[in-house]
Amino acid sequence: MTYEELLTQMSLADERIVVMTAENRALVRNLPGILGKRFIDTGITEQTMVGAAAGLALRGRTPIVHALASFLTMRAFEFVRTDAGIPDLPVKLSGFIPGFLSDGNGPTHQAIEDISIMRGIPNVNVFAPADEDDLVKMLPTIWNAKSPAYTRINTRKTDHEHAPFEWGKAEVVAEGKDVTILTYGLLFEQALVSVEILKNEGLSVGLINMRSLKPVDEQAILSATESGLVVTLEDHFVTGGLYSIVAEVLLKHRRTANVLPIALNNRWFKPGLLPAVLQYEGFTGKQIAEKILGYQTSHQQGEILINEFSE
Amino acid sequence: MDKKYTNTQLEAIALNVREHIVRMSTDGGCFTGASLSAVDLIVYLYTNFLNVNADNLDDPNRDYLFLSKGHDVPALYGTFAELGLMDKSRLQNHLSINDHIYWHPNTHIPGIEFHSGSLGHLPSVAIGVALDIKLRNGSNKVVCILGDGELNEGTCWEAVLVANAYKLDNLIFVVDRNHFQANVRTEDLIPLEPLADKFEAFGAVVKRINGHDFSQLHEAFSAFPFQKEKLNVVIADTVRGKGLPSIQERADRWFCNFSAGEVEQLLLELHGNHQTELTSETLIVR
Repeated sequence: MTYEELLTQMSLADERIVVMTAENRALVRNLPGILGKRFIDTGITEQTMVGAAAGLALRGRTPIVHALASFLTMRAFEFVRTDAGIPDLPVKLSGFIPGFLSDGNGPTHQAIEDISIMRGIPNVNVFAPADEDDLVKMLPTIWNAKSPAYTRINTRKTDHEHAPFEWGKAEVVAEGKDVTILTYGLLFEQALVSVEILKNEGLSVGLINMRSLKPVDEQAILSATESGLVVTLEDHFVTGGLYSIVAEVLLKHRRTANVLPIALNNRWFKPGLLPAVLQYEGFTGKQIAEKILGYQTSHQQGEILINEFSE
Repeated sequence: MDKKYTNTQLEAIALNVREHIVRMSTDGGCFTGASLSAVDLIVYLYTNFLNVNADNLDDPNRDYLFLSKGHDVPALYGTFAELGLMDKSRLQNHLSINDHIYWHPNTHIPGIEFHSGSLGHLPSVAIGVALDIKLRNGSNKVVCILGDGELNEGTCWEAVLVANAYKLDNLIFVVDRNHFQANVRTEDLIPLEPLADKFEAFGAVVKRINGHDFSQLHEAFSAFPFQKEKLNVVIADTVRGKGLPSIQERADRWFCNFSAGEVEQLLLELHGNHQTELTSETLIVR
């Protein structure tokens, strides 16, 4: 099932849902025809759209709100905080092309601080699916909840079949004694490659799909520290994202661990097509594995599919 | 104002720029339609209006152009290549991870004054530059090119209010009025008309012209400053995809990623009556 199919199905079953977009129709191409007046395109007005979503929510609606992740979380930030966050209204944000998925657009379009700023707003919950299967598994729970939420949309396909989604729970894909990789979003598909390489190099490797970043699964993070090394892997600034979340959780529980953050360090990434971006920035599965190992291997990196959004 | 370039020369340059845009519309693609609408405007400004050339890019007395619309940057890359501000061979690096020629403007390209891509930012930045020029009694001109869809963003209108309050007659907002925003016609979504009346109600002096007619562009910009202590606005009516009938005014041809074969046909189409059979995917949204 695709994002659009799920949204269509849920909107038709639930009159409260309205679908909104700031003229970003990639994920909702057919919704205007299906939903009629329950489809609201406010044009390129992210602030007004989020404010209007709060007004609709005041009247009992559940607005599912679409825009590019950078503009939804940053252009409209104060509207999210003040109009959806303070009154705790069920405004559901769907941020498109977050992280590395903005490939060739440049820094203006790079949402790599979105997790940090969205989770900083009281009442707003934050989710980051590993792929389309994960996305479709989590959205019904997110959209049915009473609180505002931000979902980092990722419609890429992987071969992994995810466990059912549980609010506030991570998905423990594998447990390992030597290394545990904690990740979310697009980089899950590279982490799968890394895990295979690390296993071939003789390591016992764990992998956790963090998927629900707020509320976060503290127990999953704590249990990961039982392996020799915890790796936080994210297409996000090192500040405020998963590395920070792990640090907060460990400190709260008076625990320490060897943690290797693999994230973007205080700069925007080099724009280009996705496979080249991952290679340039050192985020292919092979590069991640070699960073963890501390040496080069002869393993081959498989093909990374380009980022396609075509309807 | 004397014309540095004749209309015939401008048309030849604009055709070359359109060729560059078509060549960039493959191997990842670019915002072809939105770039083609802005070509004549950008070519005119850099040839016959702005005091900007390869030798004065750091001169505080140069004129400024801010490309707020942003995704029309292939038209700017092409113009820079034709006018010697950028090496033509660099255009082949479009989307290469080893260069900075990507979907939105950035200051790694000499001559680009400010990065853009998030709409409704550069009217404000242009105001800051225009304010400083006023503070220093300078005579530099400041141009900011906006998309018509971009006018949805409230900050554009805040900027008009502020420019009016500070009497910025050294500033020109130029609207590339191609009547489309991403995948819909502006008037079918968030209607803008009567657009000139809106700007005038906010205190600007407006000239509305055909943005593909070099004589009209010349007439409008020669009249700068339009009126003492008033913000200048030029609404340039343009056609999205201008020059390529096979994509012109097509809602589904905003971002284009053509096949190599299509590029060859579209280059012929630019020069004459060739009709291109397009089979590449439509409605790619970036």
